[in-house]
Amino acid sequence: MEGNMNLSLKVWRQKNANSEGNFQQYDVKGISEDMSFLEMFDVLNERLINEGETPVAFDHDCREGICGMCSMYINGEPHGPNKGVTTCQLHMRSFKSGDTITVEPWRAKAFPIVKDLAVNRSAFDRIMAAGGYVSVNTGNAQDANSLPIPKDNADDAFAAAACIGCGACVAACKNASAMLFTSAKISQLSLLPQGQAERTIRAENMVAQMDIEGFGACTNTGACEAECPKGISLENIARMNREYYGAVLSSK
Amino acid sequence: MSTKLDAKIPGGSLQEKWTKFRSTVPLVNPANKRNIEIIVVGTGLAGASAAASLAEMGYKVKAFCFQDSPRRAHSIAAQGGVNAAKNYQNDGDSVYRLFYDTIKGGDYRAREANVHRLAEVSGNIIDQCVAQGVPFAREYGGLLSNRSFGGTQVQRTFYAAGQTGQQLLLGAYSALQRQVGLGNVEMFTRHEMMDVVMIDGKARGIIARDLISGKLERHFGHAVLLGTGGYGNVFYLSTNAMGSNVTAAWKAHKKGAFFGNPCYTQIHPTCIPVSGDHQSKLTLMSESLRNDGRIWVPKKKNDNRPAVQIPEDERDYYLERRYPAFGNLVPRDIASRAAKERCDEGYGVGASKKAVYLDFAAAILRYGRGEATKKGMHNATTEELQTMGKEVVKEKYGNLFDMYKQITGEDPYELPMRIYPAVHYTMGGLWVDYNLMTTVPGLYAMGEANFSDHGANRLGASALMQGLADGYFVIPYTIGAYLSSDIRTKAIPTDAPEFVAAEKAVQDTLDKLMSIKGTKSVDYFHKKLGLIMWDKCGMARNEKGLKEAIAEIQEIKRQFWSDVRIPGDADEFNPELEKATRVADFIELGELMCIDALNRNESCGGHFREEYQTEEGEALRDDENYAYVAAWEYKGDSQFELHKEELVYENIKIAQRSYK
Repeated sequence: MEGNMNLSLKVWRQKNANSEGNFQQYDVKGISEDMSFLEMFDVLNERLINEGETPVAFDHDCREGICGMCSMYINGEPHGPNKGVTTCQLHMRSFKSGDTITVEPWRAKAFPIVKDLAVNRSAFDRIMAAGGYVSVNTGNAQDANSLPIPKDNADDAFAAAACIGCGACVAACKNASAMLFTSAKISQLSLLPQGQAERTIRAENMVAQMDIEGFGACTNTGACEAECPKGISLENIARMNREYYGAVLSSK
Repeated sequence: MSTKLDAKIPGGSLQEKWTKFRSTVPLVNPANKRNIEIIVVGTGLAGASAAASLAEMGYKVKAFCFQDSPRRAHSIAAQGGVNAAKNYQNDGDSVYRLFYDTIKGGDYRAREANVHRLAEVSGNIIDQCVAQGVPFAREYGGLLSNRSFGGTQVQRTFYAAGQTGQQLLLGAYSALQRQVGLGNVEMFTRHEMMDVVMIDGKARGIIARDLISGKLERHFGHAVLLGTGGYGNVFYLSTNAMGSNVTAAWKAHKKGAFFGNPCYTQIHPTCIPVSGDHQSKLTLMSESLRNDGRIWVPKKKNDNRPAVQIPEDERDYYLERRYPAFGNLVPRDIASRAAKERCDEGYGVGASKKAVYLDFAAAILRYGRGEATKKGMHNATTEELQTMGKEVVKEKYGNLFDMYKQITGEDPYELPMRIYPAVHYTMGGLWVDYNLMTTVPGLYAMGEANFSDHGANRLGASALMQGLADGYFVIPYTIGAYLSSDIRTKAIPTDAPEFVAAEKAVQDTLDKLMSIKGTKSVDYFHKKLGLIMWDKCGMARNEKGLKEAIAEIQEIKRQFWSDVRIPGDADEFNPELEKATRVADFIELGELMCIDALNRNESCGGHFREEYQTEEGEALRDDENYAYVAAWEYKGDSQFELHKEELVYENIKIAQRSYK
């Protein structure tokens, strides 16, 4: 026992993609407010192992908010209650002793459940493979300073490139749309001179792949931006729409 | 020099070696490349850049990562920056100076030819990344910005806020996904490499476990490339990701690849201190913060006053005091030991007393004054200066400050950060020759997984440089030396007896683990191992402690294999089983690290043996007897044989390292 918080957890348990899932309730005691949310799950899992139960499977890796692997839907919000914070950086001081916390996986057709709270997000990789790059083979580059880029453009591109690919935008959206994710990459590359040569085909192909994967349409509710742990802006979606419609109108 | 170790360093002057090698290395023609298959394990900076580059060249590539996407590899968490000898700042940088700084920073325990090559290709890395659309920080004129890192007196570090690793990895990941989309790379996510398959003395494939179905798979390759990162998680607590592991490298070691300098571990000076027993990992605060942050402790022991109440003349800026030439930007090993020394002497701060302050108050005022001048505000109040200064600091380090606040609950814009050293990087790794090939023909190691470029201590912003150098600009050339003689080898069917036997051995190990059904979780053993490693093979080591550690680790191994409890089944998604296979390897590696540390009767870089120090407490090298790479050969359970690669310095005068 390290702390004095006692909590009640309602956790989604599902053996694999093909089985039915349901909520299980677990009471956890002696939680410290300095623990991260995932460390609280470590405590629960250690107990379940000792009791001969199967621990709760969840995705996580860097635990410092940058790899994008953690993905819990906490009390109805992706990554929980705090703005700009991933699940792994959410700390128990954001809760009070006695709270009941409901934890679910990302819910989206394009993100099938692997087990419990872990989902398969490889649809994002396929969207990237459809056009999320500049076609420059290794060795083809000119001197890095031969192409000055206005600081504002570089800063805007960086802000879009800060996306960690966690999928919170999809989980937050009632249509499970992947517009914020896709638009962040399209924006980054369309803001930079290196991305100009392929901007038309990039927008067309990435949007087409997004549809193939079964992500929904955007109805401008802005839930994605509100829940994004990295503050990716809705302006990216507007920029992507300009890129896309520009591409469609100009395509032969 | 051991008869078994040939570093294959090309002849000629240091400046010509790489250029000449590149121009004369045998090539594989485009038609033959299409028939050659290459396996790349790990998709961090080294793995992703290698897989993409080799696929662009026409090879058939299979890439593997244990995460759910190649973009999650732990290179993504690198914060501060990437070095390159561009000399854009006109401050006297050059290929030679980067080479020299790296050798000196490594405390004269790295191979000259490899390090010079690294410095030579460093500029190309920046060019390549910019061409991919990596949004590095820029000045108002539109040109690239630089900052300083430890152990150097020039500004050669390129950066993207405190997220440089993320941006570089996403660049390499983009290049990789482009090749996936073109069908040139077959990508296997959520797959763990369980063993190397050897046929006729050469690496010819791997056994991988699909982590979702639990099924074992056989994959053939003409060559196998490991870009699987470092082994800092042997300490349980480190800045590594939870999944970072040594399994691929360790399995390679057990199949004949020598392990180089396993005891060289980097303890990073500026990390958020441990907050309790629940701690699952540690978080770095980038070295770039030492550009602007000043490190201090109170001059009085056990001073419990809040930092802001301790007046200036009662603060000990101990790095500035001890090392005036480099000040707060001394190399990591030196800064870490200095922090430990102050805390051990009773000057530490915070509840645990295992922390020192990293203070931005002076920098905030300095930046505030700069902004006031720009705006023509001649009578700005201190408060106004602070407000403007904080905005500048926010732009430079905002994400790091946010992270600190999130973890500790304290606001570093108002209070100094509390920091303490933590395990961060491992300079040791699989021994490789100049071509990055291990002692197993056809098996290569790149990036942090090899031992080659950082000697006994890595300088900040050099890990990203090395990972990308190996993947983009070294392996695509050096691999030709091996594959050009392998063009007649047809793809070997995976029902060959060697594949069948390798798979069975892996299956037997998994079955054994699952059948123990003991009483203790995997984490129980991992934490125990980590504590021994930290106490006895961490920032300071001595003969007695290392001998105790070896005995204690052997005991942990015995207990692990008789009492570990792994819930669930092997034929399903089972994170506890994944951890168990990794911890089993960490235990064996931990023993070898202690053996290596015990063998090296000197102090150098991150390896500090208490018996060998100067009167001022600095590391005392023994160049007469230990100017070699210790390359260990696996000879069976707890049995290792030492081979030595003598380090010859023809271009640098080897000297006592001084940052005073």
